[in-house]
Amino acid sequence: MHTSQYQMAEPTDKSLQWLEQMQLIRTYELHLAAMQSKGVPGTCTSVGQEACAVGVMAALDKRDRILTNHRSAAHLLARGASPGRLLAEVLGRIDGYCGGFSGSLHISAKELGVILTSTIVGGELSMAPGVALAQKMGQGEAGGIVTVFFGDGAACEGIFHEALNLAVQWQLPLLFVCENNQWQAFVHRLETMPDNAIINWARGHGLMVDTVDGNDVHAVFESATQAVSAIRSDSMPRFLELCTYRQRGHFEPDDQAYVDRQELAHWLERDPIKRLCQRLLQQGMLTQQSLNNMQQAIDEQIQAAQAFADASPWPDAAMLTRHVYA
Amino acid sequence: MEMMTVEQAIYQALAEEMQRDNRVIAMGEGIATKQLQLVEAFGKERVRNTPLAEAVVAGTAVGAAASGLRPVIDMLFAPFLSYAMDALVNSAGKLRQISGGQFEFPLVTLAMTGSGWCVGGQHNHNLEAAFVHMPGLKVLMPSTPADFKGLLKSAIRDNNPVLLFTDLGLLHSQGEVPRDTDYLVPLAKAAIRRIGTDVTLVSYAKTVAVCELAATQLAEQGIEAEVIDLRCLKPLDETTVLASVRKTGRLVCVHEASGLCGMAAELSALVAEKAFESLRAPVMRVTGADATPPASWMLEQVGVPSVQNIMGAVIDQVAIKTMPAAYRLS
Ligand SMILES: Cc1ncc(C[n+]2csc(CCOP(=O)(O)OP(=O)(O)O)c2C)c(N)n1
Ligand SMILES: [Mg+2]
Repeated sequence: MHTSQYQMAEPTDKSLQWLEQMQLIRTYELHLAAMQSKGVPGTCTSVGQEACAVGVMAALDKRDRILTNHRSAAHLLARGASPGRLLAEVLGRIDGYCGGFSGSLHISAKELGVILTSTIVGGELSMAPGVALAQKMGQGEAGGIVTVFFGDGAACEGIFHEALNLAVQWQLPLLFVCENNQWQAFVHRLETMPDNAIINWARGHGLMVDTVDGNDVHAVFESATQAVSAIRSDSMPRFLELCTYRQRGHFEPDDQAYVDRQELAHWLERDPIKRLCQRLLQQGMLTQQSLNNMQQAIDEQIQAAQAFADASPWPDAAMLTRHVYA
Repeated sequence: MEMMTVEQAIYQALAEEMQRDNRVIAMGEGIATKQLQLVEAFGKERVRNTPLAEAVVAGTAVGAAASGLRPVIDMLFAPFLSYAMDALVNSAGKLRQISGGQFEFPLVTLAMTGSGWCVGGQHNHNLEAAFVHMPGLKVLMPSTPADFKGLLKSAIRDNNPVLLFTDLGLLHSQGEVPRDTDYLVPLAKAAIRRIGTDVTLVSYAKTVAVCELAATQLAEQGIEAEVIDLRCLKPLDETTVLASVRKTGRLVCVHEASGLCGMAAELSALVAEKAFESLRAPVMRVTGADATPPASWMLEQVGVPSVQNIMGAVIDQVAIKTMPAAYRLS
């Protein structure tokens, strides 16, 4: 596979829809971050990583199933999750996707194909081969594939290597998507791994790999589309490394005192939403007025979502022991 | 004495022991980022940020402990210990005995758990009893900043693998802590937090304070409860528990962890085996459910032992005036 790092792809007619999704994700996440002062449980936001989620999801379809981790809001929203039900879940209310039991850290939404979310780093990687095996053995929708999202930190867990090896050896229809956001909670990636790229580990396991600028939604979409169609045709796993940056702290609230200001500034310059807007404005696909209108509509959507979540009841105490067994 | 939080007490103990003994090293995901004072004092060689790799971090600690170092590892949240299980249970816990006593494993593992932060079942899972079940390990779960300091220091000086669980709800709670750099709280010694004659409440970690509150309210009703803080779950201070139950004749065990095969079950068995004749009522347990801890604030609240639950158990016990025949020794 080609390596298309940092090359700008041409916008497509989907661009406006992607921009809207990315704006929705960002607005949702910033809303949650702002809610910290009001006693809302802390969350891991995906601010700065919106293009990864939106670009990959755009390459997938309804047949496909997705596993994700603690930093999942972008994946869920890009897959069409309702912001109101997400907020209800974060607040621990019954209208959340998991009835309030999960909170923000492990939201699964089977109806959206977002399954088996784990906040144990590497948990998603341990289960993904099994979901792909079931797919291969006829348990999924025909033609579907499985995608697992994880971070650069997860790639340091032993289970990462075990999952890659098994997926190759068993020829599983599995797309590994590593969002390399340079941070592993409070430790910089360069402190934990000698190499500059995670794809080299994946190559070592015999996977076909690609790495792209994770802050360029078009580049992500193109690369993911190629990988997805290849997996659909030969049922072999592929590995995608998306180079991106965690713009906020690990877990809200976080003062980011440990973050190198220059590095942060460098990546803020490469902000995925800012870049997409600039490109679309330049190409005349977007006007400042339509951008403002879009943002206003999203703000209203988030306010409505918050009102929905606030109105949702607390779960009944009987929920404590419900769903323990099937 | 000095006022400080549990978190501060933990890092004060660690700093003092690192100062005292240069074989003590600290490893964890972010410890060198968050505890800059340790890095400043002891350098990055001894205070190490690790990759996300609990299995090999714990394994490395075990290997290093057998080879002359005295590692303290921060595993963050208790559920992450599952990745470290092999090293802690199969290696640290067993290889001394398997090798015919050739090796020692002076190693301390830190992990947080407990309700209060709404983080849900993959961050909050009170696993202490699972580790109590494992041979060769010692398990601490203190309730006051002073005990955190004194017990952690003892643990670091102990030549065995020790796990220290920190209840999340206590992390920022304050208390007086002795400044003494040799302030040690012995392992295997429970603390009597309140003296009473009518019922013994045994607990540890955050629920000790709940027992004390319940005891205060019970006193208003004329029931004097003795409150025992185990602090150290293994080895268990049987003497203190048995002496109290022999005096009061009643035992209520309280913890947030599931009751199934938990510390309360062990204490019930202990008393049934060794103080059966002193019991004036059946032993009761006030514990969490055999279910995954929830994230929802409301569910978290109702899922943990409350003053009402504890008082209810005690009042039920006291209401039993004569033991049923089945409980009497003939
Ligand atoms: C097994 C395990 N260890 C530690 C943690 C605590 N933790 C949660 S997220 C995280 C960082 C993960 O880094 P990465 O995989 O790069 O994902 P990112 O947070 O950057 O999206 C850590 C250390 C955890 N949840 N699970
Ligand atoms: Mg990361």
